[in-house]
Amino acid sequence: MNEAAAESAPEAELRGGDLVRRHRLVTRLWHWTNVVAVTVMLMSGLMIFNAHPRLYWGQFGANAAGHPDRAWLDLSQMNGGVPFPGWITIPSHYSLADARLWHFAFAWLLGLAIAGYLLWSLLTGHIKRDLAPRAAELAPSHLWHDIKEHAALRFPTGPAALQYNILQKLAYGGVLFVLLPGIILTGLTMSPGMNAAVPFLVDVFGGRQSARSLHFLCAFGLVAFFFIHIAMVVLAGPINEVRSMITGWYRLPRERAVPVEASREKGEQP
Amino acid sequence: MIVTRRGLIGIGAAGAGTLLLGGCDKLNSSDSFRGALKGATGLNQRTQRFLMGDSLAKEFSEDDISPVFKANGSLGVPDPAYQAQLASGFANWALRVDGLVKQPLMLPLSYLKGLAQRTQITRHDCVEGWSAIAKWQGPQLGTVLAAAGLLPTAKYAVFHCADTLEGAPYYESVDLTDAFHPQTILAWAMNGAPLGEPHGAPIRLRVERQLGYKQAKYIMRIELRDSLAGLYGGGGGHWEDARGYQWYGGI
Repeated sequence: MNEAAAESAPEAELRGGDLVRRHRLVTRLWHWTNVVAVTVMLMSGLMIFNAHPRLYWGQFGANAAGHPDRAWLDLSQMNGGVPFPGWITIPSHYSLADARLWHFAFAWLLGLAIAGYLLWSLLTGHIKRDLAPRAAELAPSHLWHDIKEHAALRFPTGPAALQYNILQKLAYGGVLFVLLPGIILTGLTMSPGMNAAVPFLVDVFGGRQSARSLHFLCAFGLVAFFFIHIAMVVLAGPINEVRSMITGWYRLPRERAVPVEASREKGEQP
Repeated sequence: MIVTRRGLIGIGAAGAGTLLLGGCDKLNSSDSFRGALKGATGLNQRTQRFLMGDSLAKEFSEDDISPVFKANGSLGVPDPAYQAQLASGFANWALRVDGLVKQPLMLPLSYLKGLAQRTQITRHDCVEGWSAIAKWQGPQLGTVLAAAGLLPTAKYAVFHCADTLEGAPYYESVDLTDAFHPQTILAWAMNGAPLGEPHGAPIRLRVERQLGYKQAKYIMRIELRDSLAGLYGGGGGHWEDARGYQWYGGI
């Protein structure tokens, strides 16, 4: 992220090892609010899913005795009909009613937080400056280069680490602009009251059962993001990364040591 | 014992997970926290009512009707008196309308069929997550309530049903906003035929902007009340009392 530039030394003078301001307060507040909201939404959502562990496409879908509609995902035979176990659901005992209480209360936190953050990001230029991919970054050769660098666990160092690379931009953009808005809109589409209030939503998603399926897929997109995100934080230096998201201060990764072979050529001892 | 940084993170994550789960279950059984969650439920109801106004639920075409409409909750009423009525096509049956009304009524099924009818193809959404589409026909609830004449204190229409679930009589309720919504009907026909026993013969409620558990089946009596307190568990419906489902079933 480039937010450090305005507050500390010009980027050109920064070197690996320097402590810089990285994430702004609003970003940090939203990040941790979102952690709480997504966690509760996911765990209570899995409990709600347990009540009918089948997913369909289209306007309708039900398991009428002897004549079930065609489900594209059917976990009803898993784990005795309750596919998601208590350690990952809220509450940990089966209660559709309680899960709904949690889900529809924390939905406000999730929705208001992301709406506020997106608005702030738009108004302050955070989206344009830090998140929007540039044309050159989307070139296949550049994308492939970044994928190879990530696969080899070679992450940017020094001032370059302040800019999101294209894979980060795509991942964060996917969460901010696709998965979170998508999961909120498909969630609203499942409400019969909202269908009457905002009829076009159910048409956009191709029916209530399609919206329910997409809601679940968005949730698993967020889970996939979570695991990759945590893996990258751990690989990139968990204490530095987590500190930057709590206090805002981030130590620029040091430039990698000169490879052994190259240093020998220069006559240095490794 | 050597504790690596990675090991510490693992222990920390496991500890946080346990705390999170234990904490959530503690919160879940805390009255004040549940109160806060239920406060959000009230906010949801007010927000939806504001956004909805008197808009209609989506209506579908004949092609959209579910091949088989799932019957749920009570699938029948073993009570011999009900079974006798069912066998005679409810020829001697009458719907009782009483409580806070000017004129208590006993309305035979033939009378309900003779009132102005509304036919609507709508989606039924179960609280569990499934949906089914069917065509419903019957008089508007508003017509029936207007025939009885509401007293100014009447705020809720309570539906007393013939079935019992888990040993308790089924009942449900709506407020006057939904009672007088044009799509709120007392359906006696489904997909062009009289309601069968699994679907709530002789009449069931259709209140199309709410979930399935509000769509009371086997309605025997409609009681107008000023409050839901003091009736069974006070929640305004069987599942509200038995499981804690929201009385407002718009989500």
